[in-house]
Amino acid sequence: MARKTPSLISRYGADTGFMTFVAFLMAFLYIPIWVLIAFSFNDSRSLTWPLSGFTLDWYRKLAENSDLHAAIGNSFYVASLATVLTLLVGVPAAMVLHKVSFPGKSVFRRLILLPITLPGIVTGISMLNMFKLMGFPLSLETVVLGHATALLGVVVTQVYARLQRLPKSLEEAAYDLGATPWRTFVDVTLPNIRSAIIGAGLLSFVLSFDEIPVTFFLTGRDNTLPMYIYSTMRRGVTPEINAVGTIIVLLSLILIIVAVVAGRERKK
Amino acid sequence: MAAIIELENISKHYSPTIIGVDNVSLTVEDGEFVTLLGPSGCGKSTLLRMIGGFEEPTAGVIRLGDQDVTLDPPYKREVNMVFQDYALFPHMTIGENVAYGLKTFKLDKNTVRTRVKDALTLVGLYEKVNQRPQQLSGGQRQRIALARAIVRRPKVLLLDEPLSALDAKLREQMQIELKHLHEKIGITFIMVTHDQTEALVMSDRVVVMEKGRIAQQGRPQDLYDHPATPYVANFIGTTTFLPGTVADGADGVATIDVAGTRISAHPEIELAKGATVTVGLRPEKVKLLAEGETAENELEGKITEVIYYGLGLRISVALADGSKIDADTLLPDKLSHSTLPQVGAPVRLGVATHNIFVFEGKVTP
Repeated sequence: MARKTPSLISRYGADTGFMTFVAFLMAFLYIPIWVLIAFSFNDSRSLTWPLSGFTLDWYRKLAENSDLHAAIGNSFYVASLATVLTLLVGVPAAMVLHKVSFPGKSVFRRLILLPITLPGIVTGISMLNMFKLMGFPLSLETVVLGHATALLGVVVTQVYARLQRLPKSLEEAAYDLGATPWRTFVDVTLPNIRSAIIGAGLLSFVLSFDEIPVTFFLTGRDNTLPMYIYSTMRRGVTPEINAVGTIIVLLSLILIIVAVVAGRERKK
Repeated sequence: MAAIIELENISKHYSPTIIGVDNVSLTVEDGEFVTLLGPSGCGKSTLLRMIGGFEEPTAGVIRLGDQDVTLDPPYKREVNMVFQDYALFPHMTIGENVAYGLKTFKLDKNTVRTRVKDALTLVGLYEKVNQRPQQLSGGQRQRIALARAIVRRPKVLLLDEPLSALDAKLREQMQIELKHLHEKIGITFIMVTHDQTEALVMSDRVVVMEKGRIAQQGRPQDLYDHPATPYVANFIGTTTFLPGTVADGADGVATIDVAGTRISAHPEIELAKGATVTVGLRPEKVKLLAEGETAENELEGKITEVIYYGLGLRISVALADGSKIDADTLLPDKLSHSTLPQVGAPVRLGVATHNIFVFEGKVTP
C-alpha cells in the first residue's frame, strides 16, 4: 500500500499534465473559430476586444450582397461538379488498379497520385498553359477540370485502400453464386466500398470548396467563395467576412453530423 | 455410378519453373465424397479452384457431367464452393446471403423463401435468418456458408479447407456433421484439406497430392494399410522408417535384415536379393512385448523416451545399431501407472508380418 501511493500520485500528475497539454492544443485549434463567431455578432466595425454589443447587421448585409451570393453559388457549382467528375473517373481507376495487372501499372498508379503531391500552383499554371494552347476560354468549367484533376488522387487512394482490404473471396463467392461481373460489382463490391466513396466524395467537395491556387489560375471572370473572401480581405477583415465564416462553420458541422450518422446506420 | 467430374491431364503452370498442378487426371463419381489431401503448396487448392472456375488450367480438360466446362466462368458452372474464410457478405442478413445464389434462377418469392428456409433448417440455423454474419460465431458462419452453397442444388459442392478456422473440438463435431450432410443430400463433395484425420474421417476416397501430382488415391483404409510410397505412409498416420537389406525374397514373402535383426514381410513389390529397402512401421502396430510373450518379428532395444498423452504412451526405442523406432501402447488401467516403462530399460518389440511396409530404395523422410 505504502509503495503504491507515490506511483498513484505520479500517475495522477502525469494524467493532469497530459490533459493540460490536450486542453492547450484544443484551445489553440478552436479559440480562433470562437473569436470569429463572436465578432460576427459584434456591433462594431473594428475588431477589438471587448465586444461592444450584439447585432445581426452583418448577416443582414450578407443577405443583400449579390456578389457574395454569386460567389457562393459558383463555389457550390464547382465543388459539386468536380466531386462528381473525380468520382466518375477515380472509382473505376481504383477498380482497375485493384483488379487488372498490366505492364506499367505502378507508373500509372504514381501518375494518378502525382497531383496530390504537386503544389496547386504547379497544377494551376500547367493547366492554364494547356487551356491557352487548346484555345479553351477560361470559365468555371475549366476550374472544375482543374479541381477534378487535383483531387483525383484523393478518391483513388481512398477507394483503392478500401478495395485492398476487401477479401478477394467475397467477389469470388458472388461469381460462384451465379452473379456476372457487373452484378457482382453492384451487389457485393459497391456496398462494401460505399462508405469509402462517400468519404472521398465529401473530402473532395470540401477541398474543392476552399481551393484557391488552382482556381486562381483557371477561373475566368467568375469568383468562387474563397476567391471573393480573399479579394475583399485586401480591405482588411470585416465583420461581414466573419459572418460568412460562421455560416461555413455551421454548414461544415451539419455535413460532419450527416456523415457520421450515415456511417453509423451502415454498421447496424 | 456415373462420373460427375472428369479431369483430364490438367496442368497449371504459372511459369516454366513454377508449377501448380502437373498433369493430373481424376474422375469423381456422382455422390462421392472425395478429399484432396496434401501439405500446403502441393496444388490441391489450385486444383479445386480450377474445378470451381476461379483459375484456368494451362492444359487439360475439365468435364462436369458430360459438358466441357474448362473455360467457363464460375457463374456458369453448376458447382458451388464453401470458402475457407466463408466469404459471407457482411452487408446482407443471413437470409439474404443464402437467397443470393437463387437470384439468377428467377424464382418466385415464395419458392425462394421456402428454399432458403429449407437450407437454413438443414444446417440448424433458421432462427438466425435476420441476423448479420458478424453476429455469428465461427462455427455458425461455417454452416451458413454451407447453406448458401447447397441452396443452389449444385452438381458438386467444393469445400476449401472448410474446417481449418474452427477450434479442435468444434472441428471434430463438424467433421461428423459434414459427413452426415453429405449422406443426407447426396451431392458430390470435393474437399481440400491438409489435415489427415479430417480426410480419413469424412471421405469415401482420399487423393494424396505431392508437388502438383497425385501421389496415391484410394479408400481411407487402403491408403492407411497400403501406402504406395514413404511420402504417403508418412503423411497419413505416423510411420518410422528403418533402412534394410533384402536377405531373401520369393513368393510374396521377403526376409529383410533391419538393424541387425532378420524380419519377414509381405512386400507389395518385387524385391531382388541384396536390394536396399526402407521398412516402415506404424507406432500403433508395434507392440511392447511382456516377458515370455512372442511375436512374428521381434526387435530388441533400449527405451530412450516415454511420452504420455492420456490415451496411452509413445515409447521411443533405440535399437542395437542406434536407429530409433516408436511404439504406442494403451494404458488399460489407472493402476498400471505405477509400472510405466522406464527410460533406459531394455525392451523387446513385436510386429506382425502383415503390418510391415517395405519400400524400394533408401528413404530419408
